Amino acid sequence: MARKTIKVDYLARVEGEGALTVVVRDGKVRETQLRIFEPPRFFEAFLRGRAYTEAPDITARICGICPVAYQMSSVNAMEDAFGVTVDGPLRELRRLIYCGEWIESHTLHIYMLHAPDFLGYEGAIDLARDHPDIVKRGLALKKTGNALMTLTGGREVHPINVRVGGFYKAPRKRDLVAMADEVKRARDMALETVRWTAGFDFPDGERDYEFVALTHPHEYPFNEGRIVSNKGLDISVRDYNDHFVESHVAHSHALHAHIRQRGAYLVGPLARFALSFEKLSPLAREVATEAGIAPVCRNPYQSIVVRAVEVLYSCDEALRIIENYEEPDRPFVPVEPRAAIGHGASEAPRGMLYHRYRLDDDGTILEAQIVPPTSQNQPSVEEDLKVLIDGWLDLPDDELRHRCEQTVRNYDPCISCATHFLDLRIDRG
Amino acid sequence: MGSAGFLRVIGIGHRDRADDAVGRLLADRLRERAPPGVEVVDTDGEAARLLDLIAGVDHVVIVDAALSGAGPGTIRRFDAVARPLPRTAFAASTHAIGLADAIELARALDQLPAHCIVYAIEGSSFELGQPLSPAVATAIDETIALVLDEVRVTAV
Repeated sequence: MARKTIKVDYLARVEGEGALTVVVRDGKVRETQLRIFEPPRFFEAFLRGRAYTEAPDITARICGICPVAYQMSSVNAMEDAFGVTVDGPLRELRRLIYCGEWIESHTLHIYMLHAPDFLGYEGAIDLARDHPDIVKRGLALKKTGNALMTLTGGREVHPINVRVGGFYKAPRKRDLVAMADEVKRARDMALETVRWTAGFDFPDGERDYEFVALTHPHEYPFNEGRIVSNKGLDISVRDYNDHFVESHVAHSHALHAHIRQRGAYLVGPLARFALSFEKLSPLAREVATEAGIAPVCRNPYQSIVVRAVEVLYSCDEALRIIENYEEPDRPFVPVEPRAAIGHGASEAPRGMLYHRYRLDDDGTILEAQIVPPTSQNQPSVEEDLKVLIDGWLDLPDDELRHRCEQTVRNYDPCISCATHFLDLRIDRG
Repeated sequence: MGSAGFLRVIGIGHRDRADDAVGRLLADRLRERAPPGVEVVDTDGEAARLLDLIAGVDHVVIVDAALSGAGPGTIRRFDAVARPLPRTAFAASTHAIGLADAIELARALDQLPAHCIVYAIEGSSFELGQPLSPAVATAIDETIALVLDEVRVTAV
């Protein structure tokens, strides 16, 4: 094999910025390095000295694509610290706002960022020229997600209505009911999306992942559950740091997360789907089975189908919540701060997002820890590349580079939570 | 998203990223001075949301930070209907698909307004947690005047 280095300045269609290097020696992938910079580190420092009440709004600014996830993990952690339980309609509203975020974020990734890989397009613009109706369907579906977020969150980009203990203002029943028809139409579009993506041609690439996700006895997970894996892990969110470790690696500004004494693990749609398949709505289960991915999908390229199934589920779940909603007596549960440590996790579109706060007796934040899904998945992305790309080294550089990019995009890496421009280098020695 | 107006001014940016905040700060200040019939909005620059804001009005004026190698505070005007934006000038977006893509997506879907003007203000720092650089802060007033002229001409 020729000795050369391939350098690409920019990896397109990944949220944010980062860099990837693939090192090839003697026809084998020796090393893969994903380097990202992490705004959460900046925000962890920024949160120190702030009031606990500010955490939902400040952390929501970390990411324009998944602000709800940051808000939810932060309120879960604060409520854990102060011994507050949020249930009934308020808990349902938190699931509803999360449905909106999953619909919005997943649909953006499916239509704008990932589908072009499977259909031979440079990007969404070329796809839109040839298939305007498909792109319009994606945009309409995404808009329903936005509308659900605005309904409960007050604003779609950085929802301002979320607070520790609940919401500043609860939506009226009639406002929710008024959205039901739009969500039903979105569900039809989601169904078409599952069937559309299931028909793509997927590279082979089954991997024996350790799937990690929140797992709840009765629900597909958003905001609550134990941290469970398919390889025996079953712990309380409070014990996260006893079982997971974040470490600095020389090549990245980001911390890489591992399960202690075990290594890489996978969070996100594939993990949730594998661990909670039976808790999906009947329609979502049926469609996933018809798509040939049920009950476990180990091919990361098929994550696009799993995302589509989760969009369908989110529409179903939103409809269930809208139909059963009863306006709460008050929009929040009273909160009394105390000196404590609080842990919170929720399922961001890209996977589990863990927050931990140490708080003073008046609720001042003394210490914050934020572990985004993208940094948890980094070691898995590197392993995927190492394992899968070995078989493709004979491909011309352009195609190989495209496969690498596609493999990174499988994770929908939210590098805006995590990084700057993704710069791809293939070093062949 | 607010009601659809005949004319919409869109400020794009990230409030925590130094000069990247310029579009949104401009929108904050313009909002108080905007003539009737002109809607002023600000957004983070994600393409699908931008597409929603661009489509459905006759005339949009967009203000965003740019990173092209020009001097900090340099103001440039682009007519996006006449030709695509130079992609390299808008490298500041942290989104997978940003302003230039949103405009091309609107064009591909036949949703580009009859008039689509983009003002780019050259930034020098895009670091998280840093303030606006002085040259960019100064450029805000000048750009507001240019945008108001644009709006008045269109309104006539």
